[in-house]
Amino acid sequence: MNLTIEKAKEFYSKMLLIRRFEEKCIELYSSQKIRGFLHLYIGEEAVAVGLCDALSEDDAVLATYREHGHALIRGISAKSVMAELYGKIDGCSRGRGGSMHLFDAKSRFYGGSAIVGGGLPLAVGMALADKMQNRNRVTVAIFGDGAVAEGEFHESLNLAALWELPILFVCENNQYAMGTALKYTESQTDIYKKAESYNIHSKQIDGMDVVEVAKAAARAVEDIKDTSKPVFLECLTYRFRAHSMFDAELYREKTEVKVWKEKGPLVVFEKKLKELGLWSEIPVEAIEADIKDTIDEAVEFAENSELEPLEDLEKFVYSEVSNG
Amino acid sequence: MAETTYREAVRAAIDDAMSSDERVFLMGEDVGHYGGCYAVSMGLLEKFGEQRIIDTPLSESTFTGAGIGAALNGMRPIVEIMTVNFSLLALDQIMNNAATLMHMSGGQFNVPLVIRMATGGGKQLGAQHSHSLEGWFAHIPGLKILTPATVQDAYDMVGLALQDPDPVLIFENALLYNAKGELDLDAIPLPIGKAKIEKEGKDVTILTYGISVFKALEAAESLAKEGINAEVIDLRSLRPLDDETIMASVAKTHRVVIVDEGWKSGSLSAEIMARINEQAFYELDAPMARVCTAEVPLPYAKHLEDAALPQADKIVEAAIKTVGVS
Ligand SMILES: Cc1ncc(C[n+]2csc(CCOP(=O)(O)OP(=O)(O)O)c2C)c(N)n1
Repeated sequence: MNLTIEKAKEFYSKMLLIRRFEEKCIELYSSQKIRGFLHLYIGEEAVAVGLCDALSEDDAVLATYREHGHALIRGISAKSVMAELYGKIDGCSRGRGGSMHLFDAKSRFYGGSAIVGGGLPLAVGMALADKMQNRNRVTVAIFGDGAVAEGEFHESLNLAALWELPILFVCENNQYAMGTALKYTESQTDIYKKAESYNIHSKQIDGMDVVEVAKAAARAVEDIKDTSKPVFLECLTYRFRAHSMFDAELYREKTEVKVWKEKGPLVVFEKKLKELGLWSEIPVEAIEADIKDTIDEAVEFAENSELEPLEDLEKFVYSEVSNG
Repeated sequence: MAETTYREAVRAAIDDAMSSDERVFLMGEDVGHYGGCYAVSMGLLEKFGEQRIIDTPLSESTFTGAGIGAALNGMRPIVEIMTVNFSLLALDQIMNNAATLMHMSGGQFNVPLVIRMATGGGKQLGAQHSHSLEGWFAHIPGLKILTPATVQDAYDMVGLALQDPDPVLIFENALLYNAKGELDLDAIPLPIGKAKIEKEGKDVTILTYGISVFKALEAAESLAKEGINAEVIDLRSLRPLDDETIMASVAKTHRVVIVDEGWKSGSLSAEIMARINEQAFYELDAPMARVCTAEVPLPYAKHLEDAALPQADKIVEAAIKTVGVS
């Protein structure tokens, strides 16, 4: 991929948007504006940004409960995500989903799902429907390394390969499922090898490097569209924060976190741009200021948004038409 | 009107739906090359091809979830799960995705999915193939639960379910597949959520669904000999329940027997009793009675299995007891 200065600016601002948005979330969580489980994506920004760069509007994305980053980059506005975290009517799920259940029909974002592995079968069906209707588009299933232990992971890979479905499987291998390191739960810790065993074209990549993710994702999407067969990407990454806001993080050494932080997506990208002589052209301060405005506006929007009226509590259990 | 079997009625409904709507397809274990484990889909593979009659591996959770995904993305899937017991492997998808996506997405994503499965005991298949769990599923908001008893409903309900924008589960009692009845392909179907009075009566209301409708009708005949005129209601839909028809009948007969192939504790019959208590308590002239499956995993031995399941004689006994109270 040819890293133009425009692309470089775009990647940098998008990663920074996720980072700053979530830093704001921490603040808002501490002041109890945001409640529930809050899983932060800080440290993994390169995956969402690189991946989404390869997708077109027609493609569909299914993510997990750690999905603020994917949602923001896929095109759900910061306002709409923030209002959702506040549980307000203008949130992308009208306050019924919260942090773990962001949805948006317009950007074909199908969750936001809090059952580990539970989104994978849906991706199989989405891709099956595309294939049956002769639509040349891709369904992306994003999941963590923890999902690999679930039966649905294996069932879904088998079906995707058997039925030759246009799915991009993206495993965000951040090495931990809550507090348990992968080595304590998997006999094979190279996850891409599991996908290979299902005859799926698979690759392990550096998930801290936005350019590498973007390249691999673009290649994968191209392959899928050419062949209508699934592709599997294992992105090696790391979350800098605890699993959720309730996690005291007793299961890993501070030094390990420090080592990974040195490989952080923003750090790595800055270094790369310096090598390419592009760094001086990144208007860091202007970008920061822009993002600050976006986030301030999002918070203001969320603060001012209404609560869904209590009379509407039982809405959206069934479709309006059948509510009759 | 023609006489046909329940099995043929379901097959005809799937056939008609697939012929008239390109988006409809059938997926499940053994539905294609084998012809359906209860032979419901026999011949459909030859007619519609492997693209639309899809044999799946033994992956209940994922092919059910795939049905949800396909429904989200413009198709009208019919997922067949061999037996209700195996639906437990797909419970995550049914409960956590099919039933919730509409609400969690704030009304953005509906799931027009139909899941059909065989249910019920009586075939000496032991505890892992004989249960009646439709009452459990009826507990879940976001789902609709249909239990066709008649050949007509076996046909109509598939069409109704496919036209519904939300997930509909159809429970076909395995003992009914060979049952014969009249089928009118042009009849206007009774909508989802409507119960049907199978036999009018004035002395006691027998509320039931599925195969127990026939046991209740048999019981009503015996009761007639005792001078008791029972009203038999086929609930047809367990979610939503037709409170209106239930309460109207209670107001007429003032006595109630509920027949439910589920276990008594925490069952659908318990729910119905609670509703009658809430909505029609002062209409009652006697304590309500119910005939449910004994609180055991269904045994294999025939005499034990028969004893465990609701039977006509137990319904008669319960009705007489109810009417005897004044
Ligand atoms: C089926 C299921 N089991 C357990 C949980 C509890 N849980 C929530 S997050 C999590 C860890 C998952 O780790 P991973 O898939 O690697 O994703 P990550 O959080 O690292 O992004 C667990 C066990 C759950 N949500 N769903």
